[in-house]
Amino acid sequence: MISKSITKKDHAEKMSGMAKYLADYRYKDMLHAKIVRSQKAHARILNIELPVMKEGYGIVDAFDVPINKIKVIKAEQPVFAEGEVKFIGEAILMIVGPDKELVEQYAADVTITYEELPAVLKLEDSVISCVRYEFEHGAVKELFDKAYRIREEIFTTGYQEQAYIEPQGAIGLYENEKITMIGSLQCPYYVKSAIEYAMEEAPDKVQVIQSTTGGAFGGKEDYPSLLGCFVAAAAKKFKKPVRLLYDRREDMAVTTKRHPARFVYRTALDENNEILAMDIDARLDGGAYEGLSSVVLQRCLLALTGVYKIPAIHVIGQVMETNTVPNGAFRGFGAPQSFFAIEMLMTHLAKEAGVLVLDYKKKYMVKQGDDTLTKGNFRYPVILPEMIAEAEKLSHYSEKAAQYQHQQGRYKKGIGMSVFLHGCGFTGSAEKDHIKSVLKLVKYEDDTVEILASNTDMGQGLKTTFAKIAAQVLSIPVENIRIANPDTDRVPNSGPTVASRSIMVVGKLIERAAEKLRDNYKKGEYQEIIEHYVHSEMIPWDISTFSGDAYPTYSWGVNVVETEVDTLLGQAKLLGVWGIFDVGTAIDETIMKGQMEGGMLQGLGYGSCEKMENAGGAIKQASMTDYIIPTAKDTIPFVTKMMENPYEGGPFGAKGAGELTIIGAAPAYAAAVECAIGKEVTAIPVTQEKILSLL
Amino acid sequence: MEFILNNKKVRYDGDPSRRLLDVLRDDFDMTEQKEGCREGECGACAVLLNKKSINSCITAIGSLEGQEVMTLEGYRETKQYKVLEEAFAKAGAVQCGFCIPGMIMAAESLLSENPNPSEADIREGIAGNLCRCTGYNMIIEGIQMAAKEGKGLW
Ligand code: FES
Ligand code: FES
Repeated sequence: MISKSITKKDHAEKMSGMAKYLADYRYKDMLHAKIVRSQKAHARILNIELPVMKEGYGIVDAFDVPINKIKVIKAEQPVFAEGEVKFIGEAILMIVGPDKELVEQYAADVTITYEELPAVLKLEDSVISCVRYEFEHGAVKELFDKAYRIREEIFTTGYQEQAYIEPQGAIGLYENEKITMIGSLQCPYYVKSAIEYAMEEAPDKVQVIQSTTGGAFGGKEDYPSLLGCFVAAAAKKFKKPVRLLYDRREDMAVTTKRHPARFVYRTALDENNEILAMDIDARLDGGAYEGLSSVVLQRCLLALTGVYKIPAIHVIGQVMETNTVPNGAFRGFGAPQSFFAIEMLMTHLAKEAGVLVLDYKKKYMVKQGDDTLTKGNFRYPVILPEMIAEAEKLSHYSEKAAQYQHQQGRYKKGIGMSVFLHGCGFTGSAEKDHIKSVLKLVKYEDDTVEILASNTDMGQGLKTTFAKIAAQVLSIPVENIRIANPDTDRVPNSGPTVASRSIMVVGKLIERAAEKLRDNYKKGEYQEIIEHYVHSEMIPWDISTFSGDAYPTYSWGVNVVETEVDTLLGQAKLLGVWGIFDVGTAIDETIMKGQMEGGMLQGLGYGSCEKMENAGGAIKQASMTDYIIPTAKDTIPFVTKMMENPYEGGPFGAKGAGELTIIGAAPAYAAAVECAIGKEVTAIPVTQEKILSLL
Repeated sequence: MEFILNNKKVRYDGDPSRRLLDVLRDDFDMTEQKEGCREGECGACAVLLNKKSINSCITAIGSLEGQEVMTLEGYRETKQYKVLEEAFAKAGAVQCGFCIPGMIMAAESLLSENPNPSEADIREGIAGNLCRCTGYNMIIEGIQMAAKEGKGLW
């Protein structure tokens, strides 16, 4: 019964405009900040000339940051560039002062002289990788040697901008020798640890508070650590509140995006078109600094064979360095790129074999008990056959696919289906080795219960789902559960809000803590429960060989997209969108519906209209005018459905849900366009121009 | 200059070329309307000007002499707002909430002109308001529900 929807905890405050987002915070004597950035893709800084500034104005730069590095996985990217810049938009210094317009004026008046250095601007041109993994499972070489034929195909995917409607920003405070950062962010403890590191502060001297966050989608996972260092250094230097707000263009030009990717799939086939082995070269464009790219690449590689059992694989995966804006986390985290590639590849292999696409896919589809591509195990029920049957029933996919084979005339219809999974939680052993989540539950004398966790609600409904889990276990009304935006002075580190882990991992801790409280409930008394992450052992993950269980369990999805292409203009119109998902149990049906609807439209945008390019090292579509995300008029009603498949490791059977929903729409859309026009699609986004060029 | 803000006459004596959004947020401390782009592309800053939704980020305050401006701070006191609030809750129309103040303005603007909008009318009515979280359909349902529940109010 937990799935039955309730009004979201934060509905009233968000609806009425009372919720405080970062730009709504006001402080007395607050200073404004503006960053001066590199205009060169790769250069030595020869000279910096500052304008004459009024009293009360000044700069913050590398000299104000004791250890001038942002701690992400490694500490590699400087907070402020020193001597050399590696991408257009890299921060060099920051102007700070009381009047926003004057600050902006001074920032524009800074003159920097550079000596340009050779720059690599495209993924294809980069020969240096900062991350490289290679692994092999099965006798790949032998199988290639005895193959009847080998098919090579290249797939590419473009940038995707998170385009949260609230731009990024941060406020720094400095009081009693303590730094407080308030920000629109996903991971308060990431930011806290980055500030401690760069500013050489003790843990009790740094506090991070999340402001109500206007969308994030991964974009506010790693980037706020940098913002945190900027405002921490400024607040400490000026001893006043300092506010740094990005405007939309700045945000789109310099913050992290989804990695562009390029895949070369070599498939060894026998004379019956059976797949013997695959040899895959996968490359992500990391941009100028590594950041989270290694973990993004891991998830990308783990998705290379999709939901299919391929007898043998050899993989080389690399993050390539370019002198462009660093890429980072975005919902799906490397998997949407791979799923586009593998789904299109399977479609093309089926066509060559003269077999129906779905039949070909079904032949290789994994079942419960099968190995994963890394010799881990799909140990829980895989209900893909039922999900596909449901998708067929709702969309009439196969019937339409047959019908659309031979069409005449200007308007041609097409339909495509994608089948996909998402590994729930962190890749590998990170939960056990690094995150080690701690959760606190407090019952006050008035018998209200507060959940103290560092996970953030960025719109995905976490306050509501967390509260429902506790309320259900305790059999008390949800109104009696309190949950606030996390403040690191109050909440323990239950880990970051990423990897579709919050409900499954932290929600489980809430469930267990609530059970303990329930079993030892003392009315009218203050009680505190602390709960720690417990790892259930599987096949141990070994990153050096890419073997073992990369994830405790998987969520699954089937998407169908139907379209009509105007072959004269190249326009593709949506006719139908269906999404069937297995996320275990939904903690709240309406919230889950919101994830399905929103995730699928983001995926459709990724596959169709969201084109972003790098021209000469600068993002060409750095505004809402130039970067097209879908509007209400570009979409249609979706048919969504959840299929129950409870997972014993999650609270009330819940698995990860947030990222899964973005993965399948782009390949289903691309397959639909391909079906309509009869030309192979190997790159996304499939824009109108792209369709015209294919025709 | 004078204009009507949330049914009250107010004075503004500053630079007439400033954006209405900045004046509302900074001078009147009404932070309900959000800034998403400052270029008239996202609708997060929408307010009602003479009952029609406009983007306050591209509206110069100087052009508003004697005009009627309504922000969410004023609008949330109305019966119509209550109906929208409930409908949006039921439909699950609100995720991060950043687009919502603008969406409410767009919805009111639409419903006041067309109390029985079709789905296509609603899509048209909120086409200038970007939402990155919801995929729009649940917002559209919310507006449909409000139109039904609030029969006679608009
Ligand atoms: S802020 Fe006004 S339209 Fe975006
Ligand atoms: S709810 Fe987040 S942008 Fe609309």
